[in-house]
Amino acid sequence: MIAIENLTKRFEGRTVLDRVSVKFQRGKVSAIVGASGCGKSTLLRCINGLERFDEGRIVVGELEVGPATLQRIRLDVGMVFQQYGLFSHMSALANVMEAPLHVRHLSKSAARERAVALLEKVGLSHRREAFPRELSGGEQQRVAIARALAMEPKALLLDEPTAALDPERKAEVVKVLESLAKEGTTMVIVTHEPSVVRGIADHAVVLKSGRVAAEGAPAEVLR
Amino acid sequence: MSAAAALACLLSLLLAPVGCSRPETPAGKGLERIRAAGVLRWGGDTQGGEPYVYDDPAKPGHLVGFEVELAAAIARELGVRSEFVQNDWSNLVPSLERGTFDIVMNGLEVTDARTGRVLFTRPYYVFAERLMVRSEDAPKMRSPDVASLKGKRVGTLSNSLAFEMLRGTADTVIYEGVEEPYTDLLRGRTDAVLLDDIIATRYGVTKAGLEVVGDLRDGYYAIAVRPSEPEVKAAIDEALGRIAARGELRKILEGSHIWNARQERLASWSAADQAEMLGQPPPPPAFGPAHVVLFLKGAAITLLVSVLAMAIAVPLGLFLALVRMYGGPAARFAASAYVEVYRGTPVLLQLYLLYYGLAPVLKLGALTAAVVGLGMNYAAYEAEVYRAGMQAVPKAQMEAALALGMTTRLALRRVVLPQAVRHAIPNVTNDFIALLKDSSLVSVITVVELTKQMTITAIDVRTWLGPGLTCAALYFAMSYPLGILARRLERKLEGERNEEDAAPEPPMPPTVGVGT
Ligand SMILES: Nc1ncnc2c1ncn2[C@@H]1O[C@H](COP(=O)(O)OP(=O)(O)OP(=O)(O)O)[C@@H](O)[C@H]1O
Ligand SMILES: [Mg+2]
Repeated sequence: MIAIENLTKRFEGRTVLDRVSVKFQRGKVSAIVGASGCGKSTLLRCINGLERFDEGRIVVGELEVGPATLQRIRLDVGMVFQQYGLFSHMSALANVMEAPLHVRHLSKSAARERAVALLEKVGLSHRREAFPRELSGGEQQRVAIARALAMEPKALLLDEPTAALDPERKAEVVKVLESLAKEGTTMVIVTHEPSVVRGIADHAVVLKSGRVAAEGAPAEVLR
Repeated sequence: MSAAAALACLLSLLLAPVGCSRPETPAGKGLERIRAAGVLRWGGDTQGGEPYVYDDPAKPGHLVGFEVELAAAIARELGVRSEFVQNDWSNLVPSLERGTFDIVMNGLEVTDARTGRVLFTRPYYVFAERLMVRSEDAPKMRSPDVASLKGKRVGTLSNSLAFEMLRGTADTVIYEGVEEPYTDLLRGRTDAVLLDDIIATRYGVTKAGLEVVGDLRDGYYAIAVRPSEPEVKAAIDEALGRIAARGELRKILEGSHIWNARQERLASWSAADQAEMLGQPPPPPAFGPAHVVLFLKGAAITLLVSVLAMAIAVPLGLFLALVRMYGGPAARFAASAYVEVYRGTPVLLQLYLLYYGLAPVLKLGALTAAVVGLGMNYAAYEAEVYRAGMQAVPKAQMEAALALGMTTRLALRRVVLPQAVRHAIPNVTNDFIALLKDSSLVSVITVVELTKQMTITAIDVRTWLGPGLTCAALYFAMSYPLGILARRLERKLEGERNEEDAAPEPPMPPTVGVGT
């Protein structure tokens, strides 16, 4: 589904990703783990073009990442950020409806129907009308997941979806991830904490200073 | 001292000069003071000062003009030397009252309003109120009088004799400089200009396309002295008499090429002449409801100019901010240059250039120029307000929008701008209040708004207190509700931000050793 070959990324001459080659399979959950600053976020951001890279190539489905394919790839690949990035001036429901309405041009009723269903799926039916500032961190992260899913992406990239949460809220989010995994959603989850992905991931990649240090079954790689 | 008392103290300080604080020199002490100091300090304005008092073009920093010579001659007669004090022309009389100088001698016409306020010496020049029009209109105005100007747009200087003559007949356009009335006449912004013959000769007749159609009446330049110092007036009258009698005045006026038959009377000026010159000035009208109506009209102009200027500034500022943050390099540079230039130069200068400077290629009406000038100036400030507003929207939201497949344009429109505008509203409101006050600057391009109306009326009724307080009250009535609104909006936004901060703070993730 997503193939990365010899990806190199430098920030002001400093190499942050060094000839990284990995593949993320369709219908599988992949985990990227590694210490802070090793380049996990940068790797994710390169996939959907939020960051440009210097060398190598990334292929998503049949499309190679580049300026011409950016828009289509972003429709294929959803992303969830560590800091949620919910639109502060919109309710939870409006956040989820926004892109289907204005990017996919769904009718209002269709977008609404889809958003209502997704908020139910992440356990937030009762918080539909709440604004981001009225939601807890875990709730905000679940809205962000619903918002990404509303575009029906072929794959979902999650950058530290639980890092900013206390254990209780973390569990709520992990539950949602588990159910998505069960449905066969293609996911790439970046995390500090192996415990979060141990039960979900089919495949794990360990990054160390911008290089792939280990790769394989989670049980072996994540000790 | 309580805060309220301190405030009251400050307020009264602010209002004090509006009242009637005049230096009370005991009778007879004025002349003593001048003699003791050894200088006669005379007030005037060198701006547009030729041939009265102006910088010698051959020797910058050195003053010349017939008034300079006359002041020296008078001082000599008094046994002192003369010293020029530069003062904005329209404020010469208030400065005299405050004691900034001993006398005013600067083409100060003997008018009813001034006669009630200062002591005038015998005149040192007899001028004519000269009417000029565009050459093509001259044949239609062969024997002009004031009545024939009814309904016409006639340019003149504020507080001038011509201004008093035109009141109630012509549609007067008030200027602050001597050159602008004639350039505007040439460009068709006015139908005629009525000003002293000296000014007309220097600044009007020199322009091809303008023509003198006649003199409407005689008027006098005389020296103004504080009413509390009649002995100073008497001494100057005697001095002037001697200077005129021995032909020195004639020589001085000839030196500036302004001697003519009208001046013959100056040497034999009698008490009867003086009484006739001063006339019987009617008592000043009391500040009353009729003036308040004028003030309300002025306030309406102030409000109109401000609202329309803001209607330009807000969208233009938003556009500039967007270009500055998301435009290509060239557009970004142009927008930055716009903002820096407009913020880095005085708005007065911008108004001047727009109205007078651009006139040869773009003939804007005064009100249009006022609105466009202030609007373009404030756009530079609004651009910064919106830029701050956009920067206040967390970057993560923009990235999330892009990741959802939105184009930058759509993300700006749907995500960034609605929030930026909300952030900006309190500042925009505050800027509008500032604009209400800055709009008083447009009087330099002949728009009579609230402040200008106040200065006109204050001269008219010979007191600044009533007009000043009324004017202040009207500005306050316009800006105070807006101030409250701005504060309320600010508090509301702050409340929302605090709520956001109050949301459970996520704990820092523990740094976990990752198995390798
Ligand atoms: N925009 C940028 N400009 C310069 N350096 C950057 C930029 N973004 C990231 N970096 C650097 O690149 C390196 C990798 O950053 P990245 O955010 O990918 O790490 P990470 O593995 O996600 O870390 P964390 O677990 O703390 O989120 C870091 O050293 C970081 O300082
Ligand atoms: Mg990261």
